[in-house]
Amino acid sequence: MTRITIGPFNRVEGDLEVRLDVESGRVMRAEVTAPLYRGFEQILEGRPPLDALALAPRICGICSVSQSVAAAAALREAMAIEAAPNGLLATNIAHAAENAADHLTHFYIFFMPDFAREAYAGHGWHAATRERFAATRGSAARDALPARARLLETMGIIAGKWPHSLAFQPGGTTRAIDLGERVRLLSITTAFRSFLERIVFADSLENVLTIASADELDRWRDGRGGDFAHFLRLADGLALSVLGRGTGLMMSYGAYHGSDGELFPRGLFGPRAAIEPLPLTQITEDVSHAWMRESSVDPAHSSTVPDPDKPAAYSWCKAPRLSGQPIEVGAIARQTVAGQALIADLVSVSGTNVRNRVIARLIETARIALAMEQWTRALRLSEPFCHNSRDIPNGSYVGLVEAARGSLGHWMAVRDGRIERYQIIAPTTWNFSPRDSFDVGGPLEQALVGTDVGDAGARAVAIQHIVRSFDPCMVCTAH
Amino acid sequence: MSRSDAMTNVLWLQGASCGGCTMSILESGASGWFDELRQFGVNLLWHPSVSEETGEEAVDILQSVLEGRVRLDLLLLEGSVARGPNDTGRFNMLAGTNRSIYRWMLDLAPHAGYVIAVGSCAAYGGVPAAGSNPTDAVGLQFEGTDGGGALGAAFRSRLGLPVINVAGCAPHPGWMMETILALTARDIAASDLDGYGRPKFVANHLAHHGCSRNEFYEFKASAESMSERGCLMEHLGCKATQAVGDCNQRSWNGGGSCTKGGYACIACTSPGFEGAQNFLATAKLAGIPVGLPTDMPKAWFVALAALSKSATPRRVRLNATADHVVVPPGRTTTKTKP
Repeated sequence: MTRITIGPFNRVEGDLEVRLDVESGRVMRAEVTAPLYRGFEQILEGRPPLDALALAPRICGICSVSQSVAAAAALREAMAIEAAPNGLLATNIAHAAENAADHLTHFYIFFMPDFAREAYAGHGWHAATRERFAATRGSAARDALPARARLLETMGIIAGKWPHSLAFQPGGTTRAIDLGERVRLLSITTAFRSFLERIVFADSLENVLTIASADELDRWRDGRGGDFAHFLRLADGLALSVLGRGTGLMMSYGAYHGSDGELFPRGLFGPRAAIEPLPLTQITEDVSHAWMRESSVDPAHSSTVPDPDKPAAYSWCKAPRLSGQPIEVGAIARQTVAGQALIADLVSVSGTNVRNRVIARLIETARIALAMEQWTRALRLSEPFCHNSRDIPNGSYVGLVEAARGSLGHWMAVRDGRIERYQIIAPTTWNFSPRDSFDVGGPLEQALVGTDVGDAGARAVAIQHIVRSFDPCMVCTAH
Repeated sequence: MSRSDAMTNVLWLQGASCGGCTMSILESGASGWFDELRQFGVNLLWHPSVSEETGEEAVDILQSVLEGRVRLDLLLLEGSVARGPNDTGRFNMLAGTNRSIYRWMLDLAPHAGYVIAVGSCAAYGGVPAAGSNPTDAVGLQFEGTDGGGALGAAFRSRLGLPVINVAGCAPHPGWMMETILALTARDIAASDLDGYGRPKFVANHLAHHGCSRNEFYEFKASAESMSERGCLMEHLGCKATQAVGDCNQRSWNGGGSCTKGGYACIACTSPGFEGAQNFLATAKLAGIPVGLPTDMPKAWFVALAALSKSATPRRVRLNATADHVVVPPGRTTTKTKP
C-alpha cells in the first residue's frame, strides 16, 4: 500500500488536500483535509445578531449571497416577520445570478481545463479540447468570463456590488427597483440566455429542458455544437458516468423561496431511491476526526472550539450527518429532489457520478435563467422591497438555503440582544466531510475509493475529475 | 529573450481568505481577465483558482522561485496571514507542502520585486481578525492600524517598496488590476502610497465623493429604515465620509456601489473595520453621530447640519424616508403666449 498526498489541490474555491492509500493502482482509502480554519463561528459569538449580515457573507467570496441569504433567513425567523414579496423576488434574482455565475465558473474555469492536460494528448479530441478549455489560454474563457461579468451586473442593480453585499435583509432587499432598472435586469437575463443558447447549449433553453431521459440526451448530443455537447462526448469517451460514484443519498433544503413556495422543493432522496420529507431534526455534526473539541452534536446547541493537536483528527471540517448518514448535496441533489426529468433518469440509470453532477449543474443553469426572467417581470414596482424590524427576542433560529454547491444552514442562538452561538454547515462540509466516529467517510472519501489511478499516482487525472465534479467550496467548508 | 524574461511574472497565493478578491478580479477585462493580463505582458506563474498546475506541479513552481530559477516580479497574497496557533501557522497550511502560508510568505516575499496585499485581509488582517481573532490573523505588514504584521514594518521588497495594500472587502476589480498593471511598468513609488500603504489613486478619495444620495446628505435628510432613499449617515451606520476609496466614482458590477445599493459604507478599506459592531446603525453620543468627517470642526458640522435641516425642501424630506420617489423635482413652467 502506498500513501500519496495531493495538494495544493487547486481550481477549487479555497485550498484542499487529498490523501490516498493506493494498492495495485487502485484507491483503497481516501482522506480529505480542509487545511484552513478562520473561526467565523467564534468571531460571531457575542456580537449583535444583525452583524451576521455583514460578517457571514465574508465567509465566502464565491457564494457570498448564499451566506447572506442564510443569515437573513435565520434573522427573519427571529424577528417573526414576513419579507416583502418584492424583496423575495429581488433576492431570488440576485441569488440565481450568483448561482449561475458559480456554475459557469466551475464548468469553464475549474473543471473543464483538466481535459486539456497533456495526459490526454493521445486522444483524437485533445487538440480541439485544449484549444477550447486549456486553463487561462483556452478560447472558452474569452466567452465565459465576459458573460459572467455581464450576468453579475445584476448585483450592481439589486445589491450594490458583488461579492459581499448588505442588500439582503430579513425583511427583503435594500433598494427599490424602478422601471428603467427592471428593463436593465431583463436585458442582463436576456444576454445571459443568449450566451447559454449560443455558446453552452447550441439550442434554445426550452428545447434543452424537454430532454427527459439519458437516451434522449444521447440523441440530442449527436452532431451538436456548443460546450455542453463537447463535454458529453468527452464524458462518453472517458466513461465519466462510472467515475466518482456517490452513495446515492441526497438532500435539498429547497431553493428560491417565494410567497407561494419554492422553485426547487425541499426533500430527501433516500435509501429507497424515492423522495421523502427531510427530517431536519436529524442533522448532527461529529467531530471525531476534526481538529475540534467535543460539543453537542446538535448544531442548535454546539459551539466550535479548535483542538489543533487532537489525535486521529485530519481536517478542520466537522462531519455532518443526516440520521447518521453522510449526504451528497449540490445541483444534482436539488434537481433529483425536484424531479427534473432528465436528472432523475440519469440518477436512476447510473447514480451520482462525475458526468451526472456536471450535467445537473448545466441543466439547473438553464432552469434558473428562465426563472430569473419570470421573477424580474413579477416585481411590482410601486410596492415595498423591504419590511423592517429590529426586535430580536431570545431564542434559537435557523436559516436554510441552497447555495450553488448545495445545502447551507445557519443555526443562531440569541440571548439578551447578542449572538450566544452560531453554527454553519455549508454544502462542502457535507460533501467533503471527514470520517465520523463509526469510521464512515464523507461523500467524496467514499466516491474516491475504488478509483483506478494506474501508475500515475498523485498525477492521476481521474482524481482531479472526481474531486472537482463536486465543485467544492473549501473556504465555506470549515469557515 | 525567453517568454518569462520579457514578461512580468506574477504569483498569486491565498491565505486565510474567502476568495472574494479573485472573484472580483475575474470580472475584469472586456474579453476576460486572462486576455487582459496577456495584453499587458503579465505571465501568471500560478494562481490557485485558475492555473492548470496542481499538487506537486504547483509546488515545483513555488520552489523554482525560492531557488532563484524563476524571477518573481509581483507576489500577491489574498487573505490574511493566520499565525496561530502559537505562531505555527497551522490554521492555514498550504496543502501538500506541510508548511503554513505564513512560512511560505516569509520565504517568498524577499524574492519578489513587489509584494501586493490583495484586499483588507492581506493588508491589515480583515474579517478573520475580528472579535477574539481566533487564528491570530494579521496583514502582511499591518496588524489593524499598527505597522508590523507578518513580514514586519521594516520589510521592503526587492525593488524597495513596502507591501502595497489594495484594501477593500472585496476590492473593486479596477483597484487590483490598475495596481498590477502600473507595477508592470514600475510606475508606483513609495510616495504614491498613503500611510496605510494604499495606492493614492484610490486612497486620495472618500467613498462619499460622488454618492448618489448627495442631495440628502446636503440637507441631512436621513433614511430611518433600510431601503429608504435618504442619507445613510445619521441613522444607518454609513462611514463613507470617513472611508477612503473612489467607490462612488466608479461603477461596481456595471453601475452599483454600497450606498447606491441602499446600505451603509462599512469602511471596508480601513484597517480594523471588522472591529466595529452594529454595522447598520450609527453610533451616537448625545444624539450626535460619533463618526463625523474627521477634518471638519465638530461644532461647525453640527451647526451646518441644524441649518440645512431647517432649510430642507419638502421634496427632499419626504423622499428621504420613502423607498420610491414620492415627490418628483418641480418643473419650471414657462408660459408660452398664444
